Amino acid sequence: MTASTAGFATIRQSDGHDPSGGSAARWGIVAAIAASVGWLLLSGTAVAQESASGFSLRLVGTFRTDNPNAHLAAPVMAGGRLLLLTPFPHRLTALRLGPEGLHPEWRFTPETDRMAEGTACCGLGVRSPAVAGGRAFLNTADGRTIALDAASGTKIWEMRTADRGSGESLASSPLPVGDKVLIGNAGDDFGVRGWLKALDATSGATLWTRYSTGPDEDVGIGPDFAPFYKIARGRDLGAATWPPGAWERGGGSVSGPLMADTGLGLVFHGTGRPAPLNPDQRPGENRWTSGLFARDLATGAARWFYQLAPHDQHGVSGTGPLILADRDWKGRARKLLIHVGLNGHVYVLDRISGELLSAEAFAPVNAFRGGAAASGAIAVAQEKATRVGATTRDVCPAWTGATSSEGAALSAETGLLFIAAARLCMDIEIRPANYIRGTPYLGANVRVKGPPEGGAGELVAWRLDDARPAWTVSEPYPLLGGPLWHPRGFVIYGTLDGWLKALDARDGRLVWQQRLASGVVSAPMLVRGADGAEYVTVLAGRGGAAGPAAGLEADLRDATAARGFGNLLRGLSAEAQPGGTLYLFALP
Amino acid sequence: MRAVAIAGLAALLAAGCQREERDLRLDPPVTAALDQVAPMANAVGGAPPDVLGALGEPYEGNAYNLSEGKRLYSWFNCKGCHADGGGASGPALLDGWWRYGSDPVSLFVTLRDGRQNGMPAYGDKLTTEQIWQLVGYLRTVGVSSASFAAPSRNDEMQSRPAENRAPASAELGTPPSR
Repeated sequence: MTASTAGFATIRQSDGHDPSGGSAARWGIVAAIAASVGWLLLSGTAVAQESASGFSLRLVGTFRTDNPNAHLAAPVMAGGRLLLLTPFPHRLTALRLGPEGLHPEWRFTPETDRMAEGTACCGLGVRSPAVAGGRAFLNTADGRTIALDAASGTKIWEMRTADRGSGESLASSPLPVGDKVLIGNAGDDFGVRGWLKALDATSGATLWTRYSTGPDEDVGIGPDFAPFYKIARGRDLGAATWPPGAWERGGGSVSGPLMADTGLGLVFHGTGRPAPLNPDQRPGENRWTSGLFARDLATGAARWFYQLAPHDQHGVSGTGPLILADRDWKGRARKLLIHVGLNGHVYVLDRISGELLSAEAFAPVNAFRGGAAASGAIAVAQEKATRVGATTRDVCPAWTGATSSEGAALSAETGLLFIAAARLCMDIEIRPANYIRGTPYLGANVRVKGPPEGGAGELVAWRLDDARPAWTVSEPYPLLGGPLWHPRGFVIYGTLDGWLKALDARDGRLVWQQRLASGVVSAPMLVRGADGAEYVTVLAGRGGAAGPAAGLEADLRDATAARGFGNLLRGLSAEAQPGGTLYLFALP
Repeated sequence: MRAVAIAGLAALLAAGCQREERDLRLDPPVTAALDQVAPMANAVGGAPPDVLGALGEPYEGNAYNLSEGKRLYSWFNCKGCHADGGGASGPALLDGWWRYGSDPVSLFVTLRDGRQNGMPAYGDKLTTEQIWQLVGYLRTVGVSSASFAAPSRNDEMQSRPAENRAPASAELGTPPSR
């Protein structure tokens, strides 16, 4: 199937398009000039790239996973094999890839605790395994971290790192760095206390644990802690900004990506939202939830903290994509940390100091007022504040987030950041929450909905330097996977309704699309086979009718089903079936 | 004359007031007997306790008990996993498809002892009577036949067709968006 002109996506050429609605006037003449210069530079680069016409991916092979749940974990390469971790109950399959397709070589099935099916926070998918030093490290939804020999699949060690009984699970990929493996927990919905752990890569022994709430000693705040903004300075803020004892079940899980800068010796991670969702049960700023930490790689000691949302009222958390980039910023070479916030803003920070350089909205946002850069914290728009007993309507973004934890890719040379966006709003009713160990600790009824103008998803090409979209492509369903940027000038992404699309990175023009067997909630990957050729792999498998936020048995007549997605995804059932399939495509 | 009228009115009132009976506190032997379910070996289905029939099935057709069940459904975090019957990390309850049986005994055992795929046990968190109230409420959520009793009005955000619009598992269309 080659370049279709079916025009499924509508393209909006968006000079002047402003997703936050109504702040376009802020961009004065200076910005306009900067934008046109940026555009010229971009076009210049693109001319050197291959023409988009006639681009198509050729299907080489498929592999069916026989697991109907949401496939969030894109496969990773390890010594000429693809390691594919399927959703809970997990199985790891090593697949040899080549021009003749995909061929399974060995399998590893971890022991499973079936009770985790009820407490896995975010569907049953776990993000991809990580490979380093001939070992593969994987996290499981029932709270195990396992090290395998990446060539043979022989288990080296296995550790119970998360307490399943309290509702704790593991959702993000492990991060092997040197002789350590870093892992973070998940379970904000269950009132779990967030942590980042370092394990010994050889034995699996826990070297240190740094919590997201509690006294400074637990959080790893010591003499080296030097946050840029003064709201993060003070003693034992992780306990003092909570009602007594509430921090012990205060959320702030480390369920998003972990990103290490070995040069600076730092690891960066976001912290999840405070628990419960009911803000009136946790008066205070709820430090250190819904923020970004920079920690020392060796000791875990905190270096700086950036608070994305003090006393997070909308549950949007800080676990969005993190990207490290060394770029020229306003005429000065800087080491940047780019955080694509689940609260709908692209944050650019100096990753050495934690200074915020820019924060602009890429998705509809009305819950916050702009101007985060000055104070170092975003302000809640009073008319969208939430309080117990009241329903706040049409709050954007929704608590499910404006993107997902692997929802962004940076093209460093063009300065374009591609974001798989979910343009979602919600009606949220706050109710009292009771803490019962191992059961959800929420205190809210939520209906998620698309924006009034339609288009619940969008692929956004974001010009990093002038903090505005270059172009956007609207999608009927939220994009819950991620984009793949190909150096030849293409962006490839999958949709919840089962399309795999390739766009011209210059203008967002659809150059190729293909129907897949199921929706895509993971990021396509570019891999090199043993034959030296480049391939694109895409893992389809959206989960049930309600997408990745629920198990298979969801009834979408209930608008609050699947964390509120039930309201949004009623039309999805007919589009693409559940069930996982890995596709291998050859590049032209 | 006035006295006769008052007496007559009082008599009328007494006769006209046939209120639904609410057992606010059960006798301890009754509570103990209510726990005596006899599930089959696979913990699905089985014999309900005899006392249930003797009491006149108070958890199936008594609106007060159904309303109590509905409150417990919110208070004990059932909503976090099953939403308002539509399901999230737990399966949907609205769809009339029950993994471990839809009869009262199966539901009672599910709530009291938990199930192996993630349903936690509530036997140490709820009284036997509360478990039966929840069972009664759950059977109004996923019912396939009409009933004369329904839990009270929904005090929370409207999210789905009301329980008293049974049968819920038939196609009722989509609920209003607000």
